[in-house]
Amino acid sequence: MPVVLIVAEQQPDGNLRKATLNALTAGKQLAERTGAELHVAVLAKDASGLAAELKGHGAKVVHAASSPVFEHYLAETFAPAVAELAQSLGATFVGGASTAMGKDLLPRVAARLKAAMATDVLGFEGSGADVVYARPMWAGNVVAHVKLTTPVQVFTVRPTEFPAAPTGGAEAEVRPFTPKTEPVKTRFIDFKEVKSARPQLTEASVVVAGGRGTKGDFKEIEALADVLGAAVGASRAVCDAGWVPNDLQVGQTGKVVAPKLYIAAGISGAIQHLAGMKGSKTIVAINKDPEAPIFQVADYGLVADLFKVLPELRQALQSK
Amino acid sequence: MKILVTAKRVEDAESKIRVNPQGTGIVPEGLKYKINPFDEIAVEEGLRLVAKHGGEVVVVSIGGKEVQEQLRHALAMGAHKAVWVNHAGALDQLAIAALLAKVVEAEKPDLAILGKQSIDDDQNQVGQYLAEFLGWGQATFASKVESLESDAEKGKHPGVMLSADGKAVVVVREVDNGLATVECQMPAVVTTDLRLNLPRYASLPGIMKAKSKPIQELTPAGLGVDVTPKVVIQKMVPPPARKAGIKVPDVATLVDKLKNEAKVV
Ligand SMILES: Cc1cc2nc3c(=O)[nH]c(=O)nc-3n(C[C@H](O)[C@H](O)[C@H](O)COP(=O)(O)OP(=O)(O)OC[C@H]3O[C@@H](n4cnc5c(N)ncnc54)[C@H](O)[C@@H]3O)c2cc1C
Ligand SMILES: Nc1ncnc2c1ncn2[C@@H]1O[C@H](COP(=O)(O)O)[C@@H](O)[C@H]1O
Repeated sequence: MPVVLIVAEQQPDGNLRKATLNALTAGKQLAERTGAELHVAVLAKDASGLAAELKGHGAKVVHAASSPVFEHYLAETFAPAVAELAQSLGATFVGGASTAMGKDLLPRVAARLKAAMATDVLGFEGSGADVVYARPMWAGNVVAHVKLTTPVQVFTVRPTEFPAAPTGGAEAEVRPFTPKTEPVKTRFIDFKEVKSARPQLTEASVVVAGGRGTKGDFKEIEALADVLGAAVGASRAVCDAGWVPNDLQVGQTGKVVAPKLYIAAGISGAIQHLAGMKGSKTIVAINKDPEAPIFQVADYGLVADLFKVLPELRQALQSK
Repeated sequence: MKILVTAKRVEDAESKIRVNPQGTGIVPEGLKYKINPFDEIAVEEGLRLVAKHGGEVVVVSIGGKEVQEQLRHALAMGAHKAVWVNHAGALDQLAIAALLAKVVEAEKPDLAILGKQSIDDDQNQVGQYLAEFLGWGQATFASKVESLESDAEKGKHPGVMLSADGKAVVVVREVDNGLATVECQMPAVVTTDLRLNLPRYASLPGIMKAKSKPIQELTPAGLGVDVTPKVVIQKMVPPPARKAGIKVPDVATLVDKLKNEAKVV
């Protein structure tokens, strides 16, 4: 039976990255369209915990590779292992979430498998050998329907387009695997984590984002976020200036988010920013320029000075 | 050191991109073309490294004759020579990486610096394919620890650094939840993120000098690469449109709408 192999991701804190569950749903959809079986691979220093967690999310088999080699993610150690597993299973589809790791790893896996690849897949069409991937181009101004004509096909999926795979149903078999290891030319040195007590940007149901209009003063953005239990986001201009960590950038080249509520304050709404938040359910824009393009995608626009209205909004929501 | 950088020709980031009514491509009217913004950052980083450690920057572009404009742009910024792989038709990332691998084999650079993604295809693949094809290490999404508006940036130090023995590159990578630092033995592939540097403007003397710098022309056939696309675009459609929203006069109305209409707070 053909196999769709999804690569799971461990966060630096040791937990499963939630986007893996969204990728599993995509994998499941693809498996249904192609009559394949869904498998998932997890590579870590000790993969047993994640393997146990993944067992209940709809895959048939969880492949778990535990090795000190996988303590810190490196494309050079992970790609050969994933490719070797894919080959031994005869997997025809290999995918994962389009996180920083997924985007770094899967093209290298594809190269090893002489496979063509689709990045940031939004959905699938067709069935069997005629599966077609919908994916964004030009910062999401175009959705292209692409076919990959190589025997093995590789993809990453945009997590916001697929619900998280639920638990329940049959438990997967956990199969350990021990990939061959080769000496590599890259060495992990360190990881500086941006720590925050707020929810993760890509997982939050409410995001409050600030742009250059804040002039670097994020106090009111953060205070409103805290009242709403929201994550904080930012435009590129704000990250470039070093006002907030780069990790908070929303957009074509930052994070793609789709919360139930996105509040953009002092953000003009360049297409590269819209590319990362247009999928939000409700969008609120606060900008003092009535012509700002952000108002074209906002459900509710407020033409005002953010320094005046953000405190008002916080107080009104606090006392609700 | 010798550094190979890439310069893809893409629609200007400010252009309004719309799908044509047939769904076969984008409306060409009113488009301006530029070097891919990430590639401009790659050229800049190459120039800074060479300014610090000596050597030369070779810029490569693959496409029809119009890509010579982007090569001239990189030469005007200060790149030393250019390689043009002449191919007018569709190209996918597999083909681009295979062609670049051939150019790398001929040029033997210590480092290949590419953009992390092209802003038309948005694939984010070529650098990683290239590293695997060459069997090199890869450091994607190269960034900087300090902000682009810092004094250090104004002092134009490269963000990609050499190790003490000069045999490896140390790269700060922009990843989820923070910054990861890796060291890659050279030769290696680096791909640039937005916050690696602010590219210089080409000076007038730079533009004049670029006119006499060499552009070497190659072809896929000459390089022995089959470029038949394996990523085949069947059609293009516009993204789902959002329904038009409203402007609210004040915070009280906004809160009321959020509570009672959108029901999100
Ligand atoms: C290749 C490429 C990739 C990019 N990727 C991204 C990306 O991923 N994400 C991203 O965000 N951008 C990205 N950009 C940058 C993008 O084009 C814009 O430059 C950027 O989004 C602008 O940020 P901004 O809206 O904060 O700033 P500006 O465009 O400067 O807008 C500031 C806004 O604040 C308003 N304002 C000012 N003062 C106040 C006040 N007191 N109260 C209320 N409003 C006020 C102004 O009216 C203005 O509309 C990218 C660009 C390129 C070329
Ligand atoms: N036609 C091309 N010519 C030169 N470089 C290219 C070309 N296409 C892609 N690249 C390089 O590959 C990077 C990643 O592109 P992509 O994988 O298409 O997003 C770009 O930033 C360029 O540096």
